[in-house]
Amino acid sequence: MSVVATIARHVLRDAVRNRVLHGATLLGVGMIGAAPVAGRLAAGQDVKLVKDLGLAAIELTGLFVAVFMGIRLLAREIEHRTLDAVLSKPIRRHQFVLGQFGGLVAALALALAVMAIGMYVVLAAAAWWVEDTVLAPAPAAPVVDPALLKAVVLTFVQLAVVAAAALCFSTVASPAVAAASTCGFYVICHFGGELRNLGSVVDSRFAASLAAGLSYVLPDLASFDVKAAVVHAQPVTVGYMALTAGSGAAYVLAFLVLALAVFAKRDLT
Amino acid sequence: MNEPQARAGASGLPPARGGNERLRRWGRPALSAVAATLLVALGGTLSALRDRGGGPDGDRYPAGSAPRPDAVRRVALSFKAVLADLYWIRAVQHYGRTRLAGGRAEDHALLYSLLDVATTLDPRFDAAHRLGAVFLAEPSPGGPGRPDLAVALLRKGMDYAPERWEYLQDLGFVHYWWLHDPEGAARWFERAADLPGAPWWLRPLAAVTLAEGDDRAGARALWAQVRDSTGDAWVRGEAIRRLAQLDALDALDGYRHVIEGFFERTGRRPRSWRELLAAGDLAAVPVDPTGVPYELTTPDGTIAVSRRSALFPLPGGGSLPERRGR
Repeated sequence: MSVVATIARHVLRDAVRNRVLHGATLLGVGMIGAAPVAGRLAAGQDVKLVKDLGLAAIELTGLFVAVFMGIRLLAREIEHRTLDAVLSKPIRRHQFVLGQFGGLVAALALALAVMAIGMYVVLAAAAWWVEDTVLAPAPAAPVVDPALLKAVVLTFVQLAVVAAAALCFSTVASPAVAAASTCGFYVICHFGGELRNLGSVVDSRFAASLAAGLSYVLPDLASFDVKAAVVHAQPVTVGYMALTAGSGAAYVLAFLVLALAVFAKRDLT
Repeated sequence: MNEPQARAGASGLPPARGGNERLRRWGRPALSAVAATLLVALGGTLSALRDRGGGPDGDRYPAGSAPRPDAVRRVALSFKAVLADLYWIRAVQHYGRTRLAGGRAEDHALLYSLLDVATTLDPRFDAAHRLGAVFLAEPSPGGPGRPDLAVALLRKGMDYAPERWEYLQDLGFVHYWWLHDPEGAARWFERAADLPGAPWWLRPLAAVTLAEGDDRAGARALWAQVRDSTGDAWVRGEAIRRLAQLDALDALDGYRHVIEGFFERTGRRPRSWRELLAAGDLAAVPVDPTGVPYELTTPDGTIAVSRRSALFPLPGGGSLPERRGR
């Protein structure tokens, strides 16, 4: 376990120095910071816009980090031949992959935390400003709303699934193919409902059954999206959070098992 | 002999002391900055030239160019709410731009499509339903004058959130103010009053609407209620403007009496406010509640709010009766 933690720490330290992570996080914070300016065009919807744009920026930036760091982790180690040096030590391949993923998820959590803090800072400023200009906040939800963290947490779990998928794809494909596959995976996992109802628009029974089957195998990433619900002060229960996070964790483990199985057999010479 | 000296010696030119070094230090960044600046200037110039020539169709967002709401909802993935905000901003900009340009009703053709997309992407987007209905119902030249679409938008919100009494109140309001249907309005207010959490004043409002009918007293009661109950600054401002319009209608009635009095004495209509001032009928040029002078039209002596006033146009073309009585 300590080997996995050491590798994860090393990956996190490396990620913190990584300009891609800096750039992505700064871009996200910049988008959140610009939200009040856009809010001025929204006829009194400043607070809603800051919340919507803040949560969307967190997910979009996190997605970028998950995909591009996820696909490069193993590829970079193989390309730079550092993997040979690491594996020559008493470190097993599965420990290496788990450590890499742990570091990636920690980096993702760090980026999301920075952006969430940025969003709350902007909202705190908006709360002061809204009071002064008598602009109405979103109905029934406070301006600085702790419930927004529910959306951030489920976004994090969703991005962990995407990162695990990226890592898995990167064990069998080149970085470019793995990136395309991960983006495709992210998109198709938002179409669970459409896949399930494909039978109503196509004649082929086989295609309809295949799509329906696929919709039950793939994670339903749309269910991780509670952004609109928290912004509109709709209830998101602890039970829903736990079940969704649990299903996300199961998919993460599934992808890691696949990645470990492939990586264990992979010829690294 | 170092490399620059050797190169200078070979060409016969005086040695460029540290030339390469200087180029390395600042030459390249400076050249890059100059090149970037020139390219940005070129891009800006070309954009300006393009804009001067006009676009291929003169309007970047012609009528019917909003995409199908269901299609946008599908491709929006996890970003539906923020896209709804963008469509809302587009709707506000489209409405404001067309209104400021004094556009005709058909120039607002895109408004409903944009609001439809915004409310499909985020069905709980309160402002897009409620303010959108206000925009749609506003008659030309201020808006498209489509209370039917305002009703459709509010019904869409009501279908998604049937517990929201506000949508029913707004439906009653559209029926009263724009469709001139006090009975229909009273029915919506009653239905709104039946919902849990609805404020106590909705039921008396229904009664007032029925009793007062389509007149200024009923309208005043309605707008005063909107002003006092809304949490939205824009809606409150609009209610205050509507109340000011009703005040202007009252004031215009008073000035018409003054003009009638002048006519009875002189046998003709006044040609200007100055004549009424000189005759002692008025102490000052009358102004509307926003401070803009009323306009006196010659030779028929009719008076109205100025087109420059924020109160223009007055409801019902200025003909809303003071009290209809039932």
